[in-house]
Amino acid sequence: MIFDEAAISAFLITFKLAAVTTAVLLVLGTPLAWWLARTGWRFKFIPEAVVAMPLVLPPTVLGFYLLIALGPNGPIGFLFESAGLASPAFTFTGLVIGSVIYSLPFVVQPLQGAFEAIGSRPLEVAATLGASPADRFFSVAVPIAWPGFLTAAVLGFAHTIGEFGVVLMIGGNIPGSTRVVSIAIYDHVESLEYAQAHWLAGSLMVISFIILTVVYGLNRRFRPIRLK
Amino acid sequence: MIEASFNIAKGDFVLETDVRIPSKGVTALFGPSGSGKTTFLRTVAGLERHDGCFLKFWDEEWQDDGVFVPPHKRRIGYVFQEPSLFPHLTVEKNIAYGIKRRGLRLVDQTVRKSAKSLGIDHLLDRSPSELSGGEMQRVAIARAVGANPRVLLMDEPLSSLDEGRKREILPYLDNLHRDLEIPVIYVSHSTDEVARLADRLIVLAEGRVECEGPISEVLTDLAHPLAHREDAEAIIETAVESYDEDYGLNLLKFSGGEFIVPGAPIEVGRRVRLRLAARDVSLTLEKQKDTSILNIFSAVVTEIAPSGTSQVTVRLDAGGTPVLSRVTNRSAEVLGLKPGKEVYAQAKSVAVIR
Repeated sequence: MIFDEAAISAFLITFKLAAVTTAVLLVLGTPLAWWLARTGWRFKFIPEAVVAMPLVLPPTVLGFYLLIALGPNGPIGFLFESAGLASPAFTFTGLVIGSVIYSLPFVVQPLQGAFEAIGSRPLEVAATLGASPADRFFSVAVPIAWPGFLTAAVLGFAHTIGEFGVVLMIGGNIPGSTRVVSIAIYDHVESLEYAQAHWLAGSLMVISFIILTVVYGLNRRFRPIRLK
Repeated sequence: MIEASFNIAKGDFVLETDVRIPSKGVTALFGPSGSGKTTFLRTVAGLERHDGCFLKFWDEEWQDDGVFVPPHKRRIGYVFQEPSLFPHLTVEKNIAYGIKRRGLRLVDQTVRKSAKSLGIDHLLDRSPSELSGGEMQRVAIARAVGANPRVLLMDEPLSSLDEGRKREILPYLDNLHRDLEIPVIYVSHSTDEVARLADRLIVLAEGRVECEGPISEVLTDLAHPLAHREDAEAIIETAVESYDEDYGLNLLKFSGGEFIVPGAPIEVGRRVRLRLAARDVSLTLEKQKDTSILNIFSAVVTEIAPSGTSQVTVRLDAGGTPVLSRVTNRSAEVLGLKPGKEVYAQAKSVAVIR
């Protein structure tokens, strides 16, 4: 057996975290991106800047503030405790919250770009043909922006797999609960267990390569959709 | 009946209209670019919302202070300048899109019927990217008309096409014009399209209605610049009476007499619209006998106005049909032209437009 139980659990947690984060981001990021793409609000650059913050901030800064926010005295931790739940710091839920914020721009920006590229014309046409705003969104905007959704999902997923600093700060390193592959590799290197580090790092490279190849291959097939 | 009282201010641009559009027939909104035609049409559709607008469709208020019916609830058809087909749907699904949303039954039959009326029924399985520009615009028209709108709005639907493609589509527009039982508002800056398609004309200039009325009246109204243009013309509605096989001539009747038009035979009884340019109409006091000109009819001078320094435009009444004639000041004086004078109008050439 190449991977011991701890390694397999680290992989499972990593992919579960990436999948849940991507799903949450698509649900939250789509309306946000739609609003940013369509609003005429003159101060929309402020939310745009906020969305882009994780791109420039060191993950430790983000992680530090998240740690405080998630703790029992922080606003998010307080919300959880008021609802009768345990503080999400050092739990999988905490990791999801951190990852959602950390990967936000990687999902929102491609979606916003895809929505902006549609322009208002196809939506106006749909309106004159009797489609309500929600109907226009699902029957026109989503299918035309489909490659944007694919890119957003892949980037969000891949970026979450590659997460390290934020997880280290807010997840602790609890095997079977919050220990992801990137942290397991770090631990192995610290303990000079290069063989195990190699196997984990190499696997992550191969898996990432396969995912991206499949997705870019699919995206090519969608590309013939052009606006005329 | 559509009532549109707009008082729109968009930055420096102001659009002021107070027009009524009848329940049937094509009303052309004519004017140079920047005159407010598209703003008018988009406001009627509800695609733009401005303060100071009152819009009523029959007894439904579409817009007023505090009232705004969104476009998807107005049951309009809108044809944009560019075809704007949905790129992710086939031709068939593009046409079906509106039909389904209006809750119409027999979607497939309706799609086929509208596709057929625009000659695109062989393209139903294609994707929009496989169509020519003319075909795309025909799909866009079929999509708008198929959904059974209560008013059809067309914003320069031919302007993005070259001459060949325009000629390809115009016959279909003629058919629509004949068959549709709903009002059509057709925005254009082309006199050719307007003369061919419109029943009524609203002339816009710099955001104001310059004149409006039946097209034959507006084109020949000497108070307005259209009648003084070099290519000023009158529109004459006729019906085919008979065909002279020996000489290959169509005989067309109109309120003031008849026209003889060479060419292939036109079905007897069909309504034909002619355009008669003011510069092709000369006037005589006696009916000429020894002349090669075939089309001579009597008319009464109703109005005379100068066009430039040495010419006048004469408005004539030929049994109720207004006709224009452009003559020199000298001829006008020699013939003693004045309102009420009876003359003979000789038409050097006349064109069948549909």
